[in-house]
Amino acid sequence: MTTNPSVITPAVGQKEGQRIPIGEWLIENLIRLAGLSTIVIVVLIFLFLVREGGPAFLDIPLRQLFGSRWYPIEGIFGLLPLLVGSLIVTVGAVTIAVPLGLICAIYLGEIAPTWQREILKPLIEMLAGIPSIVLGFLGWVVLAPLIQNAGAATGLTAFTGAIILAYMSLPTIISISEDALYAVPKEYRDGALAIGATQWQTIWRVVLPAARSGIVIAVMLGIGRAIGETMAVMMVTGNAANIPTLSSGLIFEPVRTMTATIAAEMGEVAQGSLHYNTLFGIGIVLFVITFAINSLAGRIVGTRGARRTGGKL
Amino acid sequence: MKTDLWLWTLVTVALLLLSGCGGSTAQAESTPGDQRAIQNKGSDTLVNLALAWAEAYREVDPSVSIAVTGGGSGTGIAALINGTVDIANASRQMKENEYEAASANGIEAVEFTVAIDALAIVVNLENPVSELTIDQLADIYTGRITNWKEVGGNDAPIVLLSRETNSGTHVYFLEEVVRKRDSDNKDIFAPQTLLMPSSVGITSEVRRNPNAIGYDGLGYVDTSHEKTIAVAIDADAPFVLPTVANGADGSYPISRDLYMYTAGQPTDAIATYLAWILGPGGQRIVAELGFVPLPEN
Amino acid sequence: MNRQQTNRFAVAVITSVAILVVVPIVLVILFVLYNGIGVINWEFISTAPRNGMREGGIWPALLGTIFLTFGTAIISFPLAIGAAIYLSEYAADNRMTRMVRLAIVNLAGIPSIVYGLFGLGAFVLFMQFGTSILAGSLTLGILTLPVVISTAEEAISSVPQQFRTVSLSLGATRWQTIRHQVLPHALPGILTGVILGLGRAAGETAPILFTVAAFYLPDLPQSIFDQTMALPYHLYVISTQVPGMPLDIQYGTALVLLLIVLSLTLVATFVRTSMRRRREW
Repeated sequence: MTTNPSVITPAVGQKEGQRIPIGEWLIENLIRLAGLSTIVIVVLIFLFLVREGGPAFLDIPLRQLFGSRWYPIEGIFGLLPLLVGSLIVTVGAVTIAVPLGLICAIYLGEIAPTWQREILKPLIEMLAGIPSIVLGFLGWVVLAPLIQNAGAATGLTAFTGAIILAYMSLPTIISISEDALYAVPKEYRDGALAIGATQWQTIWRVVLPAARSGIVIAVMLGIGRAIGETMAVMMVTGNAANIPTLSSGLIFEPVRTMTATIAAEMGEVAQGSLHYNTLFGIGIVLFVITFAINSLAGRIVGTRGARRTGGKL
Repeated sequence: MKTDLWLWTLVTVALLLLSGCGGSTAQAESTPGDQRAIQNKGSDTLVNLALAWAEAYREVDPSVSIAVTGGGSGTGIAALINGTVDIANASRQMKENEYEAASANGIEAVEFTVAIDALAIVVNLENPVSELTIDQLADIYTGRITNWKEVGGNDAPIVLLSRETNSGTHVYFLEEVVRKRDSDNKDIFAPQTLLMPSSVGITSEVRRNPNAIGYDGLGYVDTSHEKTIAVAIDADAPFVLPTVANGADGSYPISRDLYMYTAGQPTDAIATYLAWILGPGGQRIVAELGFVPLPEN
Repeated sequence: MNRQQTNRFAVAVITSVAILVVVPIVLVILFVLYNGIGVINWEFISTAPRNGMREGGIWPALLGTIFLTFGTAIISFPLAIGAAIYLSEYAADNRMTRMVRLAIVNLAGIPSIVYGLFGLGAFVLFMQFGTSILAGSLTLGILTLPVVISTAEEAISSVPQQFRTVSLSLGATRWQTIRHQVLPHALPGILTGVILGLGRAAGETAPILFTVAAFYLPDLPQSIFDQTMALPYHLYVISTQVPGMPLDIQYGTALVLLLIVLSLTLVATFVRTSMRRRREW
């Protein structure tokens, strides 16, 4: 990241050693404090999670923790079904959302005329705004019966969850892919067209490969979004702590995600009990996963973001 | 100057909101029984009954207000142990370790039986199966039986519906049906059991899924939309349908008491409320909602 | 197929997929509108639920959401603006700044249920606020920080450097420059961020599950230490926990929530685009 040109160094306009009025000194430090508070908050969140969730990792032997049954009221704390549940739903969602989102981004960035872009972009932003509980509600009332009628044993499956999650991750994937495509220099396209390539050839052979890293970021952030969703999956995946088998169609079985488990069970537990600790432990797992994904992606998005804040002279 | 106006307006609004919204300072842990509402939390089986009671009691004594929340028997009992609730609703009894945990916090839990509930087994209206023994139910719910044809129905997979583990109903079902009242039995629900967020979740799914089987308190069952299964204790006993009458006279094998727990012997408003619940006013509502009223005595 | 045919085919597929993606968005909104509009009237919005919530309105939940949104604004607004000003005006290119940016990116990615856990552990239990509007607002406030910070920072950074240099050359101090030259011009952008954040906070369910939400309260909240009902949680409850709940009331509640959140998003977008158009630079 290059030096932020808008940062005002005190040397400009103020003499060295000139006293700053006390009010201003106070405000400037409050501002600094506000900036640093973000770090403090992240650290605090992690600390609290560890404080309340640590005992789970200490008191439950690892082999049990990775057992294949989750039945907390009998002291059975196997996280595997929950991990698998989150994994299947997330993979399903990303498998649906990435191709769709990428194609949408291509359409918006390369093919659509401006007037269409003006309509579609706000629409996609609206999708980003739809609360997850509303989508979950619709999934429960409309989508699940549809899937049931299509022949599944029940409409509450990982697949149902994956569809809803795919739609929720779409705006993220679309907008970041769009940025990635936009960042590909115009010269690349012009060059390809100049030697006679069709629009599709240009997109497929030139633009996409050049935007590859940005698209990877889009996928990662889409994954992060999907794995963290709670209410929508809670209403449509059936919440069975089950590890689906290939024979039964893997994705057409009910599952239980980590997020839904916390939401469904947290209200019940007595503070300080092992169950309480374990739920916080699941929170730690979620935090670590999303931290890893976002740090990795953020490191590259960061440079990109700095390039994007134009408008400076 | 425009910035000034903005900032000042915001600050003023903020101050107004914080001050106008109540002059009371931190009373997060105020003792139950003062002007605050009676906090009533717990069993989802009881929640609609508790709500009906709370609404009806408004007519009886408008100065008392009662806040009702669900969350499951486990939630209510946990709240009682943590000291954050006045009355905990439970569709199962408190366990030894829960009583101990409460005592450790200085709370002596007191139990009141407030109604009786027949636990109905429900299936889709189209399902041809009408009778099941407790053994068959146990086999179904542990996953030993997975197809309806094994109990005389169609060749279709059985979709198991249950309440969440924090539900008293779930625990009751586990002990009474899955484990057949044998305390040494360590069977648990099959992993593919769908855990629904509430009794309503179970009936909704049963209504639209011909393969589903679930269990619910009688108060949640609408026989015009779901089919109830006649249950027999074993193959030689008669198959009995869950009805208020069969629940009251004990002929239906899976009936249970519904409880309210208080922190210590109840006083003042809470005591009066409980007395009303146990009296004719409260019990009439029990019957209206499809539960079984306490026997007259 | 030759290149031209491939091209036409590919473009056609891409276009249809784009339509396939966008059409359901419109359908979803229209569907909720169609099924829910029937119950929306003044009574629905202004009265409390009755008869086990099967009748009546959604007023307490609506009010609760309004309170929580206000609370979120109060908590996140100062912090976020401060952080945004810090990042664009004061932060040098050093490790500390990179850590701040990393922190913000991570805050944006933390699942909302984990915020709920943090809110439970830190505000409800540790600070003993109990399940209250205060705990809920603090939790939601932190949740909306990243959205507001990024939008506000972009708005502040995009104010041309000239404004600052001219002001300083006339003898103004750094803060005076920011307050009188930079902020006023960045205000629409900051506002966009705040409104977007509020829209997000209004629709969240997971963070309020254990920090503030109640199934049914007989009275409206009197202070920030009280619990409250809230629209997202209310929708969850009536669609999964209440027997015999009329479907149109469920849709109606969903519609009200959707309208609130979407109008906030639209207002924010409108502010942003009109600001872009009116900009003199």
